[in-house]
Amino acid sequence: MSVFIFRRFLTLIATLLGASLIIFLVLDALPGNAAQMLMGADASPDAVRALTIKLGLDQPLYYRYVHWVMGLLTGDLGNSYVYGTPVAGLIAERLTLTIPLAIMSMSMTVVLALSAGIYTAANHNKLGDVGVMSLTQFGIALPNFWFAILLILLFSVKLQWLSAGGFAGWDESILAGIKSLLLPAISLSVVQAAILARVTRSAVLEVLREDFVRTARAKGLSKRDVLWRHVLRNAMIPVMTIMGLQFANLLAGTIVIENVFYLPGLGRLIFQSIANRDLIVVRNCVMLLAGVVVIVNFVVDVLYAFIDPRIKVHNL
Amino acid sequence: MSTPISASVDVGAATVRPQVPTGFWRRALRHRSFVIGGTLSLMVLGAALLSLVWTPWSAYEIDVASKLRPPSAAHWLGTDVLGRDIVSLLLVGARSTIMVGIIAVGIGITFGVSLGLLAAARRGWTEELIMRMSDFTFAFPAVLSAIMLAAVAGPGMVTSITAIGIFQIPTLVRVTRGSANAIWAREFVLAARASGKGGFRITIEHVLPNVLPILIVQATIQFALAILAEAALSYLGLGTQPPQPSWGRMLNDAQTLLFQSPMLAVYPGAAIAVAVLGLNLLGDGLRDLLDPRLSRER
Amino acid sequence: MSGSTNAPLIEVRDLGIRLNTSRGPAQAVRGVSFSLKRGETLGLVGESGCGKSVTAMALMGLLPESAVVSGSIRLDGSELVGLSDANYCKLRGNRISMIFQEPMTALNPMHTIGRQVAEPLRRHTNCSAAAARKEAIALLDRVGLPDAAKRVDAYPHQFSGGQRQRVTIAMALACQPDVLIADEPTTALDVTIQGQILDLIADLVAERGMSMILISHDLGVIAENVQRMMVMYGGTVVESGATNAVFTRMGHPYTQGLFRARPRLGARKGTRLKTIAGTVPELADLPAGCTFADRCTIVEDRCRAALPAVVDVSAGHGVRCVRTDVSMAEAVGAVGA
Ligand SMILES: Nc1ncnc2c1ncn2[C@@H]1O[C@H](COP(=O)(O)OP(=O)(O)O)[C@@H](O)[C@H]1O
Ligand SMILES: [Mg+2]
Repeated sequence: MSVFIFRRFLTLIATLLGASLIIFLVLDALPGNAAQMLMGADASPDAVRALTIKLGLDQPLYYRYVHWVMGLLTGDLGNSYVYGTPVAGLIAERLTLTIPLAIMSMSMTVVLALSAGIYTAANHNKLGDVGVMSLTQFGIALPNFWFAILLILLFSVKLQWLSAGGFAGWDESILAGIKSLLLPAISLSVVQAAILARVTRSAVLEVLREDFVRTARAKGLSKRDVLWRHVLRNAMIPVMTIMGLQFANLLAGTIVIENVFYLPGLGRLIFQSIANRDLIVVRNCVMLLAGVVVIVNFVVDVLYAFIDPRIKVHNL
Repeated sequence: MSTPISASVDVGAATVRPQVPTGFWRRALRHRSFVIGGTLSLMVLGAALLSLVWTPWSAYEIDVASKLRPPSAAHWLGTDVLGRDIVSLLLVGARSTIMVGIIAVGIGITFGVSLGLLAAARRGWTEELIMRMSDFTFAFPAVLSAIMLAAVAGPGMVTSITAIGIFQIPTLVRVTRGSANAIWAREFVLAARASGKGGFRITIEHVLPNVLPILIVQATIQFALAILAEAALSYLGLGTQPPQPSWGRMLNDAQTLLFQSPMLAVYPGAAIAVAVLGLNLLGDGLRDLLDPRLSRER
Repeated sequence: MSGSTNAPLIEVRDLGIRLNTSRGPAQAVRGVSFSLKRGETLGLVGESGCGKSVTAMALMGLLPESAVVSGSIRLDGSELVGLSDANYCKLRGNRISMIFQEPMTALNPMHTIGRQVAEPLRRHTNCSAAAARKEAIALLDRVGLPDAAKRVDAYPHQFSGGQRQRVTIAMALACQPDVLIADEPTTALDVTIQGQILDLIADLVAERGMSMILISHDLGVIAENVQRMMVMYGGTVVESGATNAVFTRMGHPYTQGLFRARPRLGARKGTRLKTIAGTVPELADLPAGCTFADRCTIVEDRCRAALPAVVDVSAGHGVRCVRTDVSMAEAVGAVGA
């Protein structure tokens, strides 16, 4: 197993390096002189040169890249072109919103999807199955930001239970913070859960057709026990793969949903920075998101090795 | 945002039937998903085509005097904050969406299918490289690519088409490679190789025709994903730019008026949902019809 | 448990099974009756698709929910047909156990074999996890798994097909069942292993005084391993009796055909019976009368009219054929073969 993890770890490093290179090329090398972009076309050449030196943009490209990557490892992401404050601090501040939001929506997704998927598989072709599956068909077709708007229409405009946007913060009370993330998390998770529920259902149904299910029943296990003890663990492998892939979309989704609810998270920071032409912030945010996606998928692969004893031998 | 739909994952291992089964249309017209999905998709396509020749009002002319009108005989769904006719905006919006979708999926298919076929034909390190690259691309959902592109090149249709196109590639590579590998293992391909045909000829003559049904199904689903992505990007202001109407943009505009005119936020979203639902159902139907073995789960 | 050794342990009366097939509901099994005493062994033989496994699954109460079972199955006098699943669960793996054909897929790849062998013990007896584990090692040792104490924590993929079949046998025997149903236990194994596994099963059955129903499509396997046998065709039992009696005086044309076409040990798996013309009918196409009528060489009109009754050709030897006079005369030729 350790060989498997080691090999997978090497691809993780390669992938992260590749991602950083592409992001650097697109967001630093390609645009040309960021100082010029910041100051506009009619800025005096002297001022531009001064800013270029101040931002360290006079250094050669490879040096700046290596410097950035080293910085990524030490947490020194440089200073914002616009505010002059450390990028790491800007991002950290926004993460206090985005991470709880991501965790909330991922957990809601998993709980919703697994219960719906297992329920429908256990009641294959019965009324409940058909009903829930039709619902997921609609769920998949919903754009999450539209669903968010509909939730606002219902809960904020009509019922006036929750505010239409904004973030209460964590200082006042944790509950207030969670409350302002509730609608965003729901709108992110319902759509994702619809997809994951379908995956779960077909994975469980697939495993239910396996011979060892019959063996387990022949031992005297009830259907319920077979489902929980024998089927689910086997079914989790495809489900986890999709969960890993969905994580990328979940993060992308938070960017969209933060805009719907005017939440000061990472997504808003990115958009502000694009508007401010603060490319160093954009670059680090994008790297963070891509990095998290890559690492999550690495973790999923490593988890397989723990869940599935066969991987120890196959050394995929 | 949009998510890789389950279908793209388990399709890989399956084997394929060589041709479209006989009696396709007779069976198709009795298949519920196919008929409903096909009807919805045709409706959206029809709206887009109609907008080329006729819209009730101009979708571009601003008439602030008649802004935010409720539905009436003149404006069936009312007008927006700039006095534009909602029905006309929806029709032209369909055109924007479909255009972005078609070009983006086209890019995805061109690169995804070629790379997938190449990976299956060459195996070895070529395959390894292509698959690693496509895994890598998974880390960049359309929104992320679009953000990067918008940061350097500015927002717009080109940005969103490129971002969505890139985002389409890895799924299509995987699906193509998975099914192509299955074909390469089949006897008739072995026979073709034994008779001295090269990898390129076998790919064109045997592999491609056999993976076509799966690709048609996948392209339908990818199209649905592209529509979702396009809507999100234009909602965020990264995609289609005003004054060109788009469904996502309409939602963004409507959001500031939720308290005054809530319905303005309902129509464009419903249009997106109908288009995506239609394509997904059509894809499900096609999967059943083109290759029954792929649809065991239902 | 009843003390009397003469009362049948299992008594099946007029068992009928309706299944939902892709072509609508169909009668997979009809009019199957037999009884099995404690310690007795019974063979079930017939071509693939004739309803052997379905019959076995009916005994286990593991048919799909949509299946309709009629008739009666009694275990120690208590009725099993219509028994709730919760009550059936108390019997399965405890009083009735089953071994399946495919050892490669019959074990859960995610659980250690030790855990899987201990599972019925944990379920049906209130022994501790440690005790169950010890017992599992003893069982694995008994079924001849080398190094059982060390390999108890290994996973199924680390074993060969024969070894896995030993594991499933250990699992089936864990709770000392009264009846063991072995459904083609060696069909999927290498020829060299087949004999070993069958010997193991025979030893264990004798050692523990179990009753056994051994299912096979191979007459040779049946001849060597069971006291009584039933020949099935198209969902009906066409001949049944003591193994010796059936082999000496094959009363049904189908039994004779099966015997002539007997694949020798080592022949290709799934070899078609060459001397019986035609193929096993699909369930939905089963004729109203004798199910073998379409392939029978001595068929008459009355064969097709109704299912023939069972004719007792000697004590305990029944044949479901209207032409036993002719067919038994013909069978004489087969005896020498
Ligand atoms: N779950 C099921 N649903 C429908 N038909 C079945 C099912 N299981 C078995 N059958 C059909 O019942 C018949 C008998 O099958 P089976 O008992 O498995 O035969 P065998 O004698 O080879 O064990 C076959 O025609 C088979 O196709
Ligand atoms: Mg069988």
